[in-house]
Amino acid sequence: MTAPAVPAPTPATTGEMPRVRESSGRRNAELALLVFVMLLVLAYAATVEATALDTITTDFWVPVALVAGVFLGLHVVIRFLAPYADPAIVPAVALLNGLGVAFLRRIDLAFADANERANLPIFSGVGGRQLAWTLIAVVLAAGLLILVRDHRAVSRYAYTLGLVGIVLVMIPAVLPGRFSEINGAKLWIKLGGFQIQPGEFAKLALVSFFAYYLVRKREVLSLASRRFLGIDFPRGRDLGPVVAVWLLSLMVLVFEKDLGTALLYFGMFVVILYVATERVSWLIIGLLLFFGGAFLAYSLGASVGGPFANFYQRAEIWLDPFADPYSDGFQMVQSLLGLGTGGLFGAGPGGGQPNKIPLVVSDFVFAGLGEEIGLFGLAALLVVYLLIVERGLRAGLAVRDSFGKLVAGGLAFTLGLQVFVIVGGVTGLIPLTGQTTPFLSAGGSSLMANWLIIAMLLRISDAAGRPVTGATGGRAGGPGGGGPPAQLHGAPTEVIRS
Amino acid sequence: MNAPLRRAGVVVMVLFGLLFANLNWVQAYKADDYRTSPYNARVQVDEYNRPRGVIEVAGKALAENKATDGELKYLRTYPFKTKFAHVIGYKPVNLGATGIEQAEDEFLSGTSDRLFADRFRDMFTGEDTAGGNVVLTLSQRAQDAAIQGLADNDVGSTRGAAIAIDPKTGAIQALVSMPSFDPNPLASHDTKAAQAAYDKLNADKEGPLKNRALGEVLPPGSTFKVIDAAAALEAGYKQQTSIKAGPSYTAPTSGTPIRNSSSNTCPESQVTLLVALTFSCNTGFARLAVEEIGAEKLKAKAKAFGFEDTGLKVGNLDGGGISVAPSRTGDIQNPDGSEDKAALAQSGIGQNNVRMTPLQGAMIAATVANGGERMRPYLVQQLLGPDRRTIGTASPKKLNDPISGQVATDLQQMMVSVVERGTGKRAQIDGYTVGGKTGTAQDGDDPRDHGWFIGFVMKDGEPISAVCVLLERAGESGGSSAAAEIGGQIMQAVIRDRGGD
Repeated sequence: MTAPAVPAPTPATTGEMPRVRESSGRRNAELALLVFVMLLVLAYAATVEATALDTITTDFWVPVALVAGVFLGLHVVIRFLAPYADPAIVPAVALLNGLGVAFLRRIDLAFADANERANLPIFSGVGGRQLAWTLIAVVLAAGLLILVRDHRAVSRYAYTLGLVGIVLVMIPAVLPGRFSEINGAKLWIKLGGFQIQPGEFAKLALVSFFAYYLVRKREVLSLASRRFLGIDFPRGRDLGPVVAVWLLSLMVLVFEKDLGTALLYFGMFVVILYVATERVSWLIIGLLLFFGGAFLAYSLGASVGGPFANFYQRAEIWLDPFADPYSDGFQMVQSLLGLGTGGLFGAGPGGGQPNKIPLVVSDFVFAGLGEEIGLFGLAALLVVYLLIVERGLRAGLAVRDSFGKLVAGGLAFTLGLQVFVIVGGVTGLIPLTGQTTPFLSAGGSSLMANWLIIAMLLRISDAAGRPVTGATGGRAGGPGGGGPPAQLHGAPTEVIRS
Repeated sequence: MNAPLRRAGVVVMVLFGLLFANLNWVQAYKADDYRTSPYNARVQVDEYNRPRGVIEVAGKALAENKATDGELKYLRTYPFKTKFAHVIGYKPVNLGATGIEQAEDEFLSGTSDRLFADRFRDMFTGEDTAGGNVVLTLSQRAQDAAIQGLADNDVGSTRGAAIAIDPKTGAIQALVSMPSFDPNPLASHDTKAAQAAYDKLNADKEGPLKNRALGEVLPPGSTFKVIDAAAALEAGYKQQTSIKAGPSYTAPTSGTPIRNSSSNTCPESQVTLLVALTFSCNTGFARLAVEEIGAEKLKAKAKAFGFEDTGLKVGNLDGGGISVAPSRTGDIQNPDGSEDKAALAQSGIGQNNVRMTPLQGAMIAATVANGGERMRPYLVQQLLGPDRRTIGTASPKKLNDPISGQVATDLQQMMVSVVERGTGKRAQIDGYTVGGKTGTAQDGDDPRDHGWFIGFVMKDGEPISAVCVLLERAGESGGSSAAAEIGGQIMQAVIRDRGGD
C-alpha cells in the first residue's frame, strides 16, 4: 500500500536473459493477438460486403490491411520502447478500432446510391475519414511512447496540464453557440468544415493534474477527518478542491448542456480522490453531490428551464422515449428499435438497417452495431472494453509510484465510465448524453485522445512490468531532462497508514 | 492505494454488469415489441415490399402504388392530389399516417385478420400478400362541387369546410376542408424531403393539414336555433305558437343586450316560432332559451343530436375511422352552480361557449330530414380483397332518435320556409324541396364572422342529402348566404350523381 520514493531494494534480481525472454514473450503474445483480431475484422468486412452488396469486391481488404499495418507499426514501437507493456491492451483496442472503421464504411455503403456501392472509394465518406484518423491517432500514440520514456516525467508539467485541461473544457462553453454547438451540446470548436472536441483531450491533461495534486495532498485529505456514522469525513476546509471540481462539472452541465461530460469529469476526480485517500467518505460525498446536482438540474429544468431545460428534456425522454416518438424521442426510439430488431444474434454484418438510427456514426454507433451483431456481439464488445479497463487498472495496481497509480487508475476508470455513460445512454439505462463511444464512434478528436490515453496506460504498464533492477531510477529524467521525477515522491507524500 | 483501485475495478464491473443486464432487457425481453413496433421503419421496408391496397371511389383510384427500383419497392401516390386529401390522408414512410390511410392501415397493408385467408394461401404459393382495397362512399361530383364552391366564395373566406351526408344511411357524400394540401410529397421515399414537406405544411398559418370538417370546432351561430326549435316543439310548441321577440333583449341578470342582425328582422314584440326561424330572430330564440327551455333541456337536446360525443369516428362502421372533435354546448353556469342567464341567452343563439364541427351541423340537418333518426356517419362503403372479392359492405347503423317523427316534420317545414322565404334563399334547387338554416357566428374580436349553412334536400318526402358548409372569417357582413349557395350546389351535385337533374 506504500509508494516508496526510491525503488525498494529488490529482493532478488532476475538475470538478464530471463527478463528479455519475459518481455519478448509478452510482445509475441501481443503480435499473435493482433493478427487474430485483424483477421476477425477482415472477416467482418468481408461479411458486410457479401451481405450488403451480394458480392465481395476485390479491394475489400485494403482498409483492414491499412489499419493492421499501422497497428503493427505501433507494435514494433512498443517492442523497442515499452517491452514490458501489457500485451492485451493494444490488440483489444485494435479490435474495437478496426471494427469501428469497418462499421463506418458499412454505414457509408448504406447511404451510398445502390449503383455506386460497389465502387465506393476507400478514403471516402465517414469510414474513409475514420481510417485516416486512425492512422494519425496511432502515430500520435507511438509519438507519446517515444517522447515520454517515463510516465513520471509528466508530473513535472502537472500545473500546466491542469490549466490546459480546464481551458480545453471551458473553451466550448464560452464560445458562441454557432462555433461550439452540435445537436444541443456545446462540446465543440467549429472552424469552417473542421471541428474538434477539446474535452476529449482534457481528460488526459486533467487526470495528470489531479493525480499530481492528490499525491501531494492526500495526506491531509486522508488523515484530518471527523468520524460520523462510522465513516471518516474530511474537514470542511479540505472539501475545497472537490467542491471546486463539482462546480466546474456543474458549469459544464449548464453551459455545455452535457450531463455525460459533467459526470465524466466529476467521476474521474472523485475516483482519483478516493484511490489517493482510500476514504470511502469521498465516494459517498461525491455520489451525493452528483445525484443532488443532477436532481437539482432536473427540477430547475422543469420549473425554470433556461440552461437546465436540455437536461430536463433528456431526462424526460429517458423516462418515456415513446411519449414523443417522432420528434423529441426519435433518436432514442430508433436506437431501441434497432437494438430490439437485432435481438440475440443480430441481422448479421451488413444485414440490418443501421442507417435508420439517427447519429449512428457518432453517439449511436453501439446501437447501430447492435442491430447487426446482436446481444452476443455487443456483450463481446463490452467484455473487450472491460478487458481494457481492467488491464489499465492492473497497470495502476502493479506500478510502484503513486503518481502512476493515480494516472493509470484515473484513465482506466474514466474510459470505463465513458463507455458506461454512452452505452447506458443509447440502450436506455440512463439519460442519453452525447459522448463518443471510445474507438468506435466517428471522430478524430475522440480517436486521438483515446489512443493517447492508451499510450499512457501502455507506458505505465511497461513501468509496472519492468523488473526492478534500479533501471527505472537509473533512467531518471527521461527525454525531458531536468530534475529527477522521483522528486515528486518525496517523503511528505507517503501515506502513514497502510 | 491498491485496495481502492481494486474496488474501482469492481465498480467498473458492476457498471458493465448493469449495461449487460439492460442489453438483455432491450435485445431479448423487449426485442419482439421493438421489432414489430409501428415506429420501426424496418418493418416498413417489409411492408413496402408488397403493393398496398387501393382506396377508390366509383372505380377511380384515389390512392394507388407505383413500382420503384429503390429499397422500398412501391411508392404510394395520390393521383387526385389535393382533392381527397382530408379523407384519404397520407401514408408516409417515417411520419404518422392520417385519414383512411391510417384508419384502414391494417386492411390496406394486408395484415388485417379479415385477410387471413389470403395470407394463409400465399404462405403456400410463396407470394407476398397484397393489401385489400377500400371503396369510399364519396361522390366525385359532390366533392368537386364542394371544392369549387368553397374556392369561389364571394366573401373573401380562405378557410372553410363542407360536408354532405346521405340522411338515410349516414354515408358521407362529400368531405372538403379548405385549404387543402397535396399528400404526394409527404409519401416520398426521400424521408428528408417528406419531413420538409410536412414541416412546411405544418408551419402554414392557414393550417392546410387541419381537417376542418371533422377536427375543428367553431361557434355555430344561428344554425344552433334548430336545436332550440326542436326543444320547443318537443315541449309542445307549434310552428304557429307565438314567442316573445323584439328589437333587443337583455338577459335578467346581466350581459350585453342581444339584437337582431338588422333592424327590420322581426322587430315585433311577438312572432311565431316559424317566423322566428325563417328570419333568424336572435331576440326570439335568446328569450326562448332563457324563459322557456332552460340550460338543462337545451344541453340535453344538443347532446341527443350528437354534441359532447367524444368517441365518434368516421370511417368503417365495423371499426375505426378518423376521429371527430366533440362538439360542445359549453358551460352555462354561474360559479355557484346556478344557471347563468346571460350565458344561456348567448348559447341559445349558438354563441358563448357553444362549439360545433361541420360534421355535427350536417348531422343535425340529416336527422331532421330523416324523420328524427340519426344515422352513424361513415366513409367506407366496401372492403375488397386483393382479388377484388367483397369482404365487407357497410350496413347503416342508427345512433339514436333525438326527436320524434312529428317534431322532425315540423322542423322540415320550418327549415324549408328558411330557404323559400327567409335567410337561406340561395340554397334553392328547382324541382326539389330544400330546407336549411343559416348561421353567422362572431368569434373573438375579429370583425369578420364565420358563415354557416346547414340544410337538406328532399324529393317526394325522401331525403337525398344533408349538408353543412362553413366559411371562416367570411367578411364583415357574414358569409351565411354564400354558404347557403354552396350548400345548394353540393346537394345539386348529389342529385345529378344519382341521375336526377
